[in-house]
Amino acid sequence: MSTQDPIYKTDALIAEDIDAYLTAHQHKTMLRFLTCGSVDDGKSTLIGRLLYDSKMIFEDQLAALEADSRRIGTQGQEIDFALLVDGLAAEREQGITIDVAYRFFATEKRKFIVADTPGHEQYTRNMVTGASTADLAVILVDARKGVLTQTRRHSYLVHLLGIRHIVLAVNKMDLVGYDQAVFDRIRADYAAFAQGIGIADFTAIPISGFKGDNITAPSANTPWYTGPALLPHLETVELEDTRDQAGAFRMPVQWVNRPNLDFRGFCGLISSGQVRPGDAVRVLPGGKTSTVARIVALEGDRDLAVAGESVTLTLADEIDCSRGQVLVAAQDPLEVADQFEATIVWMDEAELVPGRSYWLKIGTQTVAATIHAPKYEVNVNTQEHLASKTLDLNAIGVAVVTTDRQIPFAPYAENRDLGGFILIDRHTNHTVGAGMIRFALRRAQNIHWQATDISRAHHAAMKNQKPAVLWLTGLSGSGKSTIANIVEKKLARMNRHTFLLDGDNVRHGLNKDLGFTEADRVENIRRVGEVAKLMTDAGLIVITAFISPFRSERDMVRGMMQPGEFMEIFVDTPLEVAEGRDVKGLYAKARAGQLKNFTGIDSPYEAPEAPELRIDTTETTPEQAADLIIARLIP
Amino acid sequence: MNAKTLTHLQRLEAESIHILREVAAEAEKPVMLYSVGKDSAVMLHLAKKAFYPAPPPFPLLHVDTTWKFRDMYVMREKAARTAGMELLIHQNPEAKAKGINPFDHGPLHTDMWKTEGLKQALDLYGFDVAFGGARRDEEKSRAKERVFSFRSANHRWDPKNQRPELWRLYNARKAKGESVRVFPISNWTELDIWQYIHLEGIEIVPLYFAAPRPTVDRDGLILMVDDDRFRLHPGEVPKMRSVRFRTLGCYPLTGAVESTATTLPQVIQEMLLTTTSERQGRAIDHDQAASMEKKKQEGYF
Repeated sequence: MSTQDPIYKTDALIAEDIDAYLTAHQHKTMLRFLTCGSVDDGKSTLIGRLLYDSKMIFEDQLAALEADSRRIGTQGQEIDFALLVDGLAAEREQGITIDVAYRFFATEKRKFIVADTPGHEQYTRNMVTGASTADLAVILVDARKGVLTQTRRHSYLVHLLGIRHIVLAVNKMDLVGYDQAVFDRIRADYAAFAQGIGIADFTAIPISGFKGDNITAPSANTPWYTGPALLPHLETVELEDTRDQAGAFRMPVQWVNRPNLDFRGFCGLISSGQVRPGDAVRVLPGGKTSTVARIVALEGDRDLAVAGESVTLTLADEIDCSRGQVLVAAQDPLEVADQFEATIVWMDEAELVPGRSYWLKIGTQTVAATIHAPKYEVNVNTQEHLASKTLDLNAIGVAVVTTDRQIPFAPYAENRDLGGFILIDRHTNHTVGAGMIRFALRRAQNIHWQATDISRAHHAAMKNQKPAVLWLTGLSGSGKSTIANIVEKKLARMNRHTFLLDGDNVRHGLNKDLGFTEADRVENIRRVGEVAKLMTDAGLIVITAFISPFRSERDMVRGMMQPGEFMEIFVDTPLEVAEGRDVKGLYAKARAGQLKNFTGIDSPYEAPEAPELRIDTTETTPEQAADLIIARLIP
Repeated sequence: MNAKTLTHLQRLEAESIHILREVAAEAEKPVMLYSVGKDSAVMLHLAKKAFYPAPPPFPLLHVDTTWKFRDMYVMREKAARTAGMELLIHQNPEAKAKGINPFDHGPLHTDMWKTEGLKQALDLYGFDVAFGGARRDEEKSRAKERVFSFRSANHRWDPKNQRPELWRLYNARKAKGESVRVFPISNWTELDIWQYIHLEGIEIVPLYFAAPRPTVDRDGLILMVDDDRFRLHPGEVPKMRSVRFRTLGCYPLTGAVESTATTLPQVIQEMLLTTTSERQGRAIDHDQAASMEKKKQEGYF
């Protein structure tokens, strides 16, 4: 049990003057922090102890805890505080926390939200998640073990996510006889490492979560330690309000409020700075300017709003502004770009596919983005840079990201809201990665789109046709090339201007540097898509015959084209039939193991879910198939 | 520049409003589950603030069991009217036909009226996102649930397969048939809720305040005899006691506490000095260890 007076929560004011208590507590601030440590560092015990010492544990919970401690506890007859916080049934049985859990407690000065994240190696993902919203990190070290690989990993991640306040809690001091030499050695080890990775400052505190030393008050067992106990430190560490509000005004527009024609409110959470009626603001991208007319609120208009608040602003002028755009101080706008270098944390079982199109959500905007092959991967244990072609689950790397349009942004180190993004798989809808923008690339800023006088409409009109892409997809040997060739001949006879892009032929020239790995296949299709797009700009009807096995890339190409110009044609031939035909002898080679990554054998084919046209080649001749396609193209 | 220091309630409010607006912007057909309790009252108030001067751009849905306190039904109508929102009420027709009630059917009562009823209502109206007033501090399995919590097409929650949730970025994308439960007040504690109600002057059901009410003792709980459907034991006479409720649900399942707190500060004072946690007054959680987690996997809110 704690040796200190339980000064928290059971404030005398509660019993004597509740109104005074409530007034005092309305002015509490809030600190979000993260605890990280290895499996046996006593993290859950520490959190349980903080909850217990701040009187956040009720009698019924305590009774349940005592019963659980006797049944499955690891502390003998003593209360096992860890059981308080290990939430889900599955992990209680395994004895480890497997996800991010959020805990709450409050003292007279502050409310705390604790992100409890596991120390297990494979769960970098969870730690990054917990760190993304934290202002402070408590890094636990077992006094008997000192700074370990895991300590270094956690510190690297915490620093990467931009947490400026770090507490090194040297735990289990009771098990080393409260020896100052042990503490000093660990602090020195950590200081050397921290400086190396750019951590400017940290606070080391000797504690025992189990016995309660230096948790709420200085412990008599460590007279040599003159710094603050953990909880008083958490209560007084400087918050980010000053820093956040010192920056220029930025607010990603989240929602446009239009109850009637006379009111147009722009809603959002201010990510930096302050705003007052009369302030000049600019809408990005675009650059139109206006001034703030009102800060509208249910309780009455306000004359000031600051970073961290969700507000509704009206502008003096009617200018276009919608969700995804950013309102910024007119005199101090943000950079706008479509290519960045970013640090990426991969969070999905399926590895990153460079070149594939993912959804990228930043601020209130979702855009299509591709990630290039990583420049390097970071070994999170040693912080060494490694060469890598992709990123696996829990891997961290630096790569170039290209978005399909210009986005306003700030480097992550300056602003989390405007520099942090998530990546979403277009098909599974999973959040597959998180990224932090380091800087925009020059290329994006210097290459502009050249407007030409002869428009694509003009090109098409000259040919007296509507441009289109007839995209044939299907297994090797399904008959794509045969059908495509017949289609082109028929269209030529109808005086249509066409061009046939064939998979094999393109690989002899444009794409001869590409192989058959997943990443190369993605790049193969991307290039073909770009070529097809240029040809439609020239007014042509483009016929393509590519296996194009992945839905993501077919959708990416669809997204490049004008609406209605892309026709996905699924040449549906069962694998047995295609393999039976084996015109080029490739299936035999693949079966013999001489050909790797062969679609249908050791590489998947993702059939279209809603193609414009499906051709069953077991029932349709190539001639009939061509007629079906043309009937669909020219009704 | 002088920085304005935001209080914990201002930070919580800003976060909740951000979540509410994010759903309004990204969902096809959102709905707010409204249970008439204090948490729902706060969530509704935040929605009003988020979209003022417009009314919140979604309806309220009450999954009714027909066994709520009468005061709750009165409050429900009033709250929807004041907010200018459509109120949808769903009662599971099967439970109705079978006469499922808390006296005869035990856990089946909650299962059919609430869990099944909720699934039916979401399917019936085709809502793709439903706001709920759950808080992470209520119970251990809630502590790990995301703000945006995904449900499969058959409404199941998979705690092992949750999407990582970073910064203020919520991924609301989903396949046809899947749905999301969104908890805008995830990070509020019971004390935060009370403080905010006090500060903002939010109207809550009178049952939260002490008053003389007809009560009986059952299995360690003090139950209120709210109407003549309550089954008294032979010879049992309800006794008038000054009680209030810390949490509200079906009246035959909701335990009262003896109290004289008739004002909000007094209620908060009692809450701060109390030594038992909030959900203890609910019979539903005592069924088995990890009961809430199991219920949630099956689709309970």
